Amino acid sequence: MAIAAQMINKTKEFFIEIGDLSYFAVRFFKQAVIPPFEFKELLKQSYQVGNRSLLLVATTGFIIGLVLTLQTRPTLIEFGAVSWMPNMVGISIVREVGPVITALICSGKIASGFGAELGSMRVTEQIDAMEVSGTNPFKYLVVTRILAATLMLPLLVVFGDLIALFGSSLVEFMKGNVSFTLYFNTVFDALSYGDLVPATIKSFFFGFVIGLTGCYKGYKTGRGTAGVGIAANTAVVMASLLLFVVDFIAVFVSDIFYEL
Amino acid sequence: MDVKENIATLQNNRSSEEVVVRIQDLYKSFGDNHVLNGFNMMLHKGENLVVMGKSGSGKSVMIKCLVGLMTPDSGLVEVLGEDIASLDQVDLDELRSEIGFLFQGSALYDSMTVRENLEFPMRRHRKKFDGITDTLPLVQEALENVGLAHTMDLMPEELSGGMKRRVALARAIILKPKLILYDEPTSGLDPITAKEIIGLMRSIQKKYGTSALIITHDVDCARVISERMILLVDGINYAEGTYEELVASTDPKINAFFKK
Repeated sequence: MAIAAQMINKTKEFFIEIGDLSYFAVRFFKQAVIPPFEFKELLKQSYQVGNRSLLLVATTGFIIGLVLTLQTRPTLIEFGAVSWMPNMVGISIVREVGPVITALICSGKIASGFGAELGSMRVTEQIDAMEVSGTNPFKYLVVTRILAATLMLPLLVVFGDLIALFGSSLVEFMKGNVSFTLYFNTVFDALSYGDLVPATIKSFFFGFVIGLTGCYKGYKTGRGTAGVGIAANTAVVMASLLLFVVDFIAVFVSDIFYEL
Repeated sequence: MDVKENIATLQNNRSSEEVVVRIQDLYKSFGDNHVLNGFNMMLHKGENLVVMGKSGSGKSVMIKCLVGLMTPDSGLVEVLGEDIASLDQVDLDELRSEIGFLFQGSALYDSMTVRENLEFPMRRHRKKFDGITDTLPLVQEALENVGLAHTMDLMPEELSGGMKRRVALARAIILKPKLILYDEPTSGLDPITAKEIIGLMRSIQKKYGTSALIITHDVDCARVISERMILLVDGINYAEGTYEELVASTDPKINAFFKK
């Protein structure tokens, strides 16, 4: 009985959270189109989001490219299809692996950063101070951060994809004597707009989800300094979970377009 | 003289003076926790009014209702002749330019220098400084008032607790407000720094002729700075009078505040 009650409560809390998050998203869209616009802060945040994640995305992308190629090589050799390696790696990185891995890495970095930063501003009354001084803190802090994450993530994904392909081409160069030019020519021949466009659109949504959950958790922080840690932590968990949901929807929708 | 008679006499004596803040029958609850239960208060022009109460007695809630950071459940909150509840966002921001707010933990923006912290309130209230494009002299003047002109380019993390409070005070007065709200101005400070802050509060009031509402549970601060005091107990103004009158009271609830 107690377990059932607990489950009902948890379900209720889950739906309340989803409702709150949706309301927060609606508020973002409303505030984003009403002047005054905080361009200076948007630029600052875009630089921070991009710059802070660059090295992490590059390292992860490089390793993913290396590992994917090393793991797949023996199987492709077995089937005599090793020449298909650039096509296979290229398509899988551009369509799925690149955007998802980059988004997951960024959710750890950006969402937790937003959660902790805004959470700490909330508990130290900096957000209240901003409001008292006549600045709309939602517009200044939240809108700029969500927009920055939405705009920067596609760029980070492209950058991560290129580094991953470079990692893969390095393996092919060392193990299969395939030149970098041949490798990249084969990859670009194999890719079509149908691979690039959905992946890019998906990346915007990933960025939006990361920015939204990070800001939501930080902005709504309570319970003092302990709440800041909780905000940062739950922001990452929630963002990662939502990324997979968005990815599923994106793949499902693009699949419909492929069939048309 | 009984405390209630005292309140009536004080209110009659002051009735002809210009009222800066008027609170009538203020109620505010958080779930089952009834924080304010019909609180009443009047602050007159140029007056220093101290509101004392135990932690969690609703002092900060009351002061936040004054600047529109919280919405009361019911009651009238009038600041500089404006009913806070009836103001739209633009008018509320306009009114806020006449109010300085010193937060309990200073609430300086971590990511900005001292100068940027002081310039921040001016970005939305340019109208108040017609013709002034260079904000530096204003920042300098405010910092000189608190004896910290040399800290302009420092980050808040490089300042001590007392210095942070002084910078926050400089930020509160930069718009030359008619009313300054102090939320626990001496909390967390050593006695010497607390004395310095109190001295600064007095000198600022003398220089700019502002009215001040001070929320505190520091008896020494109340003794030095108050012209009139209100004791907030169980969400109502339990007692009102000068420091000396309240100290002389035989009411055990009032005595509890002044016991060493």
